[in-house]
Amino acid sequence: MTGSRATNAWINSRAPAWRTLAETIARLQRQTTASLDEAMAVVDAYGNLARDLAGARRLAPGTRVALGLEALYMQLHAVLHRSPRGGLSAAIALLRDEVPAITRELAPRILWMVGLMAASAGAGWWLITTFPALISLIASEEMIEHVETGSLWTDGIINITPSAVLSVHILSNNIVVSLFAVCAGLLFGLGTFYLIGLNGLMLGALFAFVNQHGLALKLFSFIIAHGLVELSVICIAGAIGMAVGDSLVRPTHATRRESFQHCVMRVAPLLAVCAILLIGSGFIEGFVSPDPTFPLLSRVTIGVSYWVLMFLALGGWAFKADVATPAAQASLHP
Amino acid sequence: MDREHVSIRGATGVDLEVPIAGPGSRSYAFVIDWHIRVLVALAWLAAAMLIVNGGLAWRPVSGKSGAAWAFLVVLPAIAIYVLYHPVLEIFMRGQTPGKRMAGVRIVTRDGGIPGMGAILIRNVFRLIDSLPAFYVVGLVTTFISAQRLRIGDMAAGTLLVTDEHPTAKIFDGVGAVDAHADADLITTDLAAQILERWPTLAVEKRATIARSLLTRSGGADGADRLPRSDEELKAALMSLARGSNAT
Repeated sequence: MTGSRATNAWINSRAPAWRTLAETIARLQRQTTASLDEAMAVVDAYGNLARDLAGARRLAPGTRVALGLEALYMQLHAVLHRSPRGGLSAAIALLRDEVPAITRELAPRILWMVGLMAASAGAGWWLITTFPALISLIASEEMIEHVETGSLWTDGIINITPSAVLSVHILSNNIVVSLFAVCAGLLFGLGTFYLIGLNGLMLGALFAFVNQHGLALKLFSFIIAHGLVELSVICIAGAIGMAVGDSLVRPTHATRRESFQHCVMRVAPLLAVCAILLIGSGFIEGFVSPDPTFPLLSRVTIGVSYWVLMFLALGGWAFKADVATPAAQASLHP
Repeated sequence: MDREHVSIRGATGVDLEVPIAGPGSRSYAFVIDWHIRVLVALAWLAAAMLIVNGGLAWRPVSGKSGAAWAFLVVLPAIAIYVLYHPVLEIFMRGQTPGKRMAGVRIVTRDGGIPGMGAILIRNVFRLIDSLPAFYVVGLVTTFISAQRLRIGDMAAGTLLVTDEHPTAKIFDGVGAVDAHADADLITTDLAAQILERWPTLAVEKRATIARSLLTRSGGADGADRLPRSDEELKAALMSLARGSNAT
């Protein structure tokens, strides 16, 4: 038998198996789960396909057979290396175990961010108290006019913009600011420092300005219901950004890129929880904060309660069950 | 491994060299996706405005609920625009309609389908990649980075590769070669490829290509005996694709 005849005979004998495998792969790509038999069959097929591909590369390089097998091998490789979907139990485990672990890991950085924000707020307060004219750099003309006439710029805002629309606008803006604080960590952490510092400076400056016009309590009353969680989440986002910056300054892996990727993937669950918390605080800011019918005590109660809920969520206590974690089970039953 | 290919290690010892999608394919996919998401979001906005307000107005008309306006009009439109990429990339296993049209796919560094976390992170970093406007940061990084990565890809550990899109049909003509034929495989494969494209080629062009291949397969002596009509050329190519000597 000549070489061509042998190759043709081999291709003819294997072609039906390749067609069947292509259909199987297409089906597996659509499926979210696979049975053990299916998985074992695919693992066997992977080995057979690798042998066929190696043969095709040698006997028929550049032909449709070789190219088709390359593509098929790539698809089967992707199916086999697909990360498992954990579903609800994985999400609960993430909230119960991973998020608290990440929060504990980031605790010192969170405290640094709180310190930075507080120091910047103090600097903003001092700046506007000492040089009142500088408020024009921080607040808009409209805001300044409102305060000088004895009212806050937030007064009557729900008569202009419906609470629901206001909430959507606020929560999307807050999420973007927090995500930006994280992403800005890419500039070796400096972008995050700048963002948190600027936010603190503006907060302190605005409080100093309204205090000069006797409206500090009114602004506090507006902020307290949503602000505790909102500012806390911004500090947490800052801490995540700081960790991202740190992963580039002091890489923990072979390259900065790997270190950056590892860090981002590690802190991602906490970032997701922060985004959910900001959705809640956005709705409070849209429905409760601008509504004059809510007395100060109700606002404080809502703000503190939501803040406690945030601690419960970040500490994992909100998701604790009576079941022991695999690690705990292993330690109990060695 | 060169700049345009990534080597993916197979567990069997047989590795793959996958072509990396460049900035052109990325931009092409993004432009298509951007148009789709903007059009769908606007369509939703217009339809929901008509339902909630009874007309195209940018604010809820008096007497209508602000909550209905926010939750039926504004929020879904924003969600369509913002969540288009992450949601479709999760459900289409690393692709979007734009990426599919551009023939590209997101994969992990080991060639797998990216998980939900990686896709979400990749999309969060669009905030940086899109700065200061028109994805300048993302484009610049794809030009200068080793594997044509934007910052979102670096964060998520993903790559954008060209997707060959094989289906069960790719092996349709394979295995039809006469096992006793002596025709060399590359020639039969070429004949099969020309036949696949036969309807899309101009009559004169396909005749020239077919004659050239038939001459090569039959040797110079067979050149005088080549078929002349379009139908005869097609039949000769079909015969060659099956491995028989065409002329």
